[in-house]
Amino acid sequence: MKRIAPKLAVAVLGATFTFGAISAKAAAPEYGGNLNIVVGSKIPSYDGHIESTFGMIHPIRPFYSLLIRENPDNPASPTDFVCDICVGSVPEGTEGGTKFTFKIRTGVKFHDGTPLTSADVKASFDKVVNPPKGIASNRKAYFKMVESITTPDAETLVFKLKHPSGTFIPAVAMPFNFIYSKKDLDTHGYTWHQKNINGTGAFSFVEHVQGSHVKGKKNPNYHHKGRPYLDSYTALAAPKMSVRLQAIRGGRADIEFRGFPPKARDDLVKALGDKITVQESDWNCVLLASPNHEVKPFDDPKVRRALTLAVDRKSGSKYLSNIAIVKTPGGIVFPQHPMATPMSELKANIAGYSDDVAASRAQAKKLLKEAGQEGLKFTFLNRGVDQPYKIVGTWLLGQWKKAGMKVDQVVKPTTPFYASLRKKGDFDVSVDFNCQSIVNPIADVSKFLPSAGNNYANFEDAKLESLYDELLKAGTPEEQTPLLRAYEKRVLNDLSSQLVTLWWYKINPHRSYVKGWKIAPSHYLNQSLDNIWIDAAEKKSQGVN
Amino acid sequence: MYTYIIKRMLMLFPTLFGAAVVVFLLLRLIPGDVCMLKFGGEGGYADPEQIAQCQELLRLNDPKIKQFYDYISGFVTFDLGKSMWTQQDVTHEIAIRFPLSLQIAIMATLVSVLIAVPLGVISAAKQNTLIDYFVRAISIAGIAMPSFWLGIVIILGLLIATQAWTGVPWMPPIFYKPIWVDPAHNLSQLIWPALATGYRYSSVATRMTRSAMLDVLREDYVRTARAKGLIERVIVNKHALKNAMLPVVTVIGIEFAFLMGGLVVTEQVFNLNGVGKLFVESVTQADYTLTQSLVMLVVFIYVVINFLVDLMYAWLDPRIRYS
Repeated sequence: MKRIAPKLAVAVLGATFTFGAISAKAAAPEYGGNLNIVVGSKIPSYDGHIESTFGMIHPIRPFYSLLIRENPDNPASPTDFVCDICVGSVPEGTEGGTKFTFKIRTGVKFHDGTPLTSADVKASFDKVVNPPKGIASNRKAYFKMVESITTPDAETLVFKLKHPSGTFIPAVAMPFNFIYSKKDLDTHGYTWHQKNINGTGAFSFVEHVQGSHVKGKKNPNYHHKGRPYLDSYTALAAPKMSVRLQAIRGGRADIEFRGFPPKARDDLVKALGDKITVQESDWNCVLLASPNHEVKPFDDPKVRRALTLAVDRKSGSKYLSNIAIVKTPGGIVFPQHPMATPMSELKANIAGYSDDVAASRAQAKKLLKEAGQEGLKFTFLNRGVDQPYKIVGTWLLGQWKKAGMKVDQVVKPTTPFYASLRKKGDFDVSVDFNCQSIVNPIADVSKFLPSAGNNYANFEDAKLESLYDELLKAGTPEEQTPLLRAYEKRVLNDLSSQLVTLWWYKINPHRSYVKGWKIAPSHYLNQSLDNIWIDAAEKKSQGVN
Repeated sequence: MYTYIIKRMLMLFPTLFGAAVVVFLLLRLIPGDVCMLKFGGEGGYADPEQIAQCQELLRLNDPKIKQFYDYISGFVTFDLGKSMWTQQDVTHEIAIRFPLSLQIAIMATLVSVLIAVPLGVISAAKQNTLIDYFVRAISIAGIAMPSFWLGIVIILGLLIATQAWTGVPWMPPIFYKPIWVDPAHNLSQLIWPALATGYRYSSVATRMTRSAMLDVLREDYVRTARAKGLIERVIVNKHALKNAMLPVVTVIGIEFAFLMGGLVVTEQVFNLNGVGKLFVESVTQADYTLTQSLVMLVVFIYVVINFLVDLMYAWLDPRIRYS
């Protein structure tokens, strides 16, 4: 590690300077070339409106446009959204924050030559927000505030909301909201896009060989003039992490967008030195531990609070970040978002965040004793995935042991794991996680709501539901922030209904000749590939064909 | 002979039916289903309504007996259905991967035969010499080394060696092109897994060849041939080898069948889009229709290859008759 550290520092510094260089050279990026991407997951279907896997986003997103998107030149910001298919800046809400009027670009064409109008955008969002009976939409719940979508003319789209909502704009910017052609939907039906592609994205579809690769070629009519820079891209399916890693090392792939663990980064930097650029970011995914409130003694808040008090997040961050894709301690909101609770406030107000770990653990033991659960024994359910589940799970076991608890770990493959969590409820405490695309704090924290479809702690709390209702209707960040704090305190401290471990940390090492791409706080974001270019001379000097 | 062939063909049906029952039941013993994974496998919000809709669409809520009937009737009518994960035809999913698995199986078998037969014969002919000890060590090492581990070593070795020699690390291609499209790409991708698995399987065949040859070389007719003054090479190659091949053919046949569907780990290591990798994906994604079809395919291949091996016995040893 000591030998790698200087090289790594050079590579990360290289990344920092590369950004500077990108800025400086932004006026003259190079055109041409093919980008080889390795993707670690499979494509269930091409329809963004029903899928939720990066296995679909990475190869398919470049074929489509969105109404608005994260700023590709500033994707690290969780609040910077820009127009994609609309013109100007992202609209502010009018009529008390209940009306959003988007002006749609003219001259945009689908890959089949059909011109895009506001009717296409409306038809696409109608499919997401109000799908016909029998048609699935995985993000319908994010648009509960939408009252109507109208098109006063071919260049205007209006969303009317039932009430002001801080979740609306981020929800519109979600990378799954592909814009489809109304003609395709009307002619071929609402399931046509599961197996067919016709978008307005930077690349048009060439071929997909199941389990092997997806290929796209440059769309010469792309609406962001001068882009994309690449002639084509190939998304290569490679489920094994070691293959993806060696593919970058051996020049078979240029980049992988999901992220590697620290050890893989170190190995690549050690092997290739300055031929590798490393970009790193906090990640909008977090591992939780969910006690099953329907199983004794986890119906007792004292026991649940003892669980969180036993965990030393600060030292966990220090050590686990060397071996796993986790790093930053935080509350229920992505730590880099302006609405996230600062660590000083978490330490002061939330059980388990104090720097005085010994005192926290003493309090945990005291609470267990009061609950009649000294030396509590239970089973921790974990998912059979190394990064970061098994590593964090094993660490949690050690943390709880230090507070006198005796914990066994049961690791299940993904399918039976989710069956236990969702259907059978046959667990004491389980690992769980919250992983989102666009950072949308108010929508993201719905995970902790008792009525949420993906809250597996099995409890009810009217106060929490009422707080969330208020939060949904709060129109400005000034109104939202205190409500969010109260909601967080209720979840993590008063009820201790679930406990937050560490937020994930995204590490993207890629070949240094890949320019223009900037890391975002999610592996679902900044995947249109329209800002990426290849430095041909540098690529040649690295001996990559 | 024809009666034997017809009997063997008829035995295929109960074998396939038995396998169908076992795989159907085993798959449904695993808790969870493809819809839960599809819509919530990455931890985001999973709409229960949508999961229910998916389960309805894929008929996962039908009574098990109805599901079994649909499954069997699909096979009888050659309609294998659609993959529950991709909604593509199962036949299409298998067809795009089968050529790669077949090519690997053929190449690995060739590697295995090319290594095993000469080494086994030499080892037997030179019993208890240094050559024999060397061959035995090589074959025992092959048995001890899993082919996927050897695959990892090969990839890392290629990366390290090419970087050391040329300054540019090289690894085999990670996506498949048919040999008639791009022979160089195809062979540079597939030769390594063929070597890794071929070497592994050659070890068993080498030991089998050696022990069969040792038996045959002690037969009376070999002694007679020697007494007649035939040279040793003719005795070994012309008279002994063919008779020693019966158990070797069995081993190679079974290995070939295994290679057609069993390279689950090696295909992952080399990122080969073959039947083995599809097997792993279909099981992890609880894709019942695809897994069931793959199991039936492998069972069918095993039965057919065993049948062909039996027929080959008769060709190798004219004394064997199936009447």
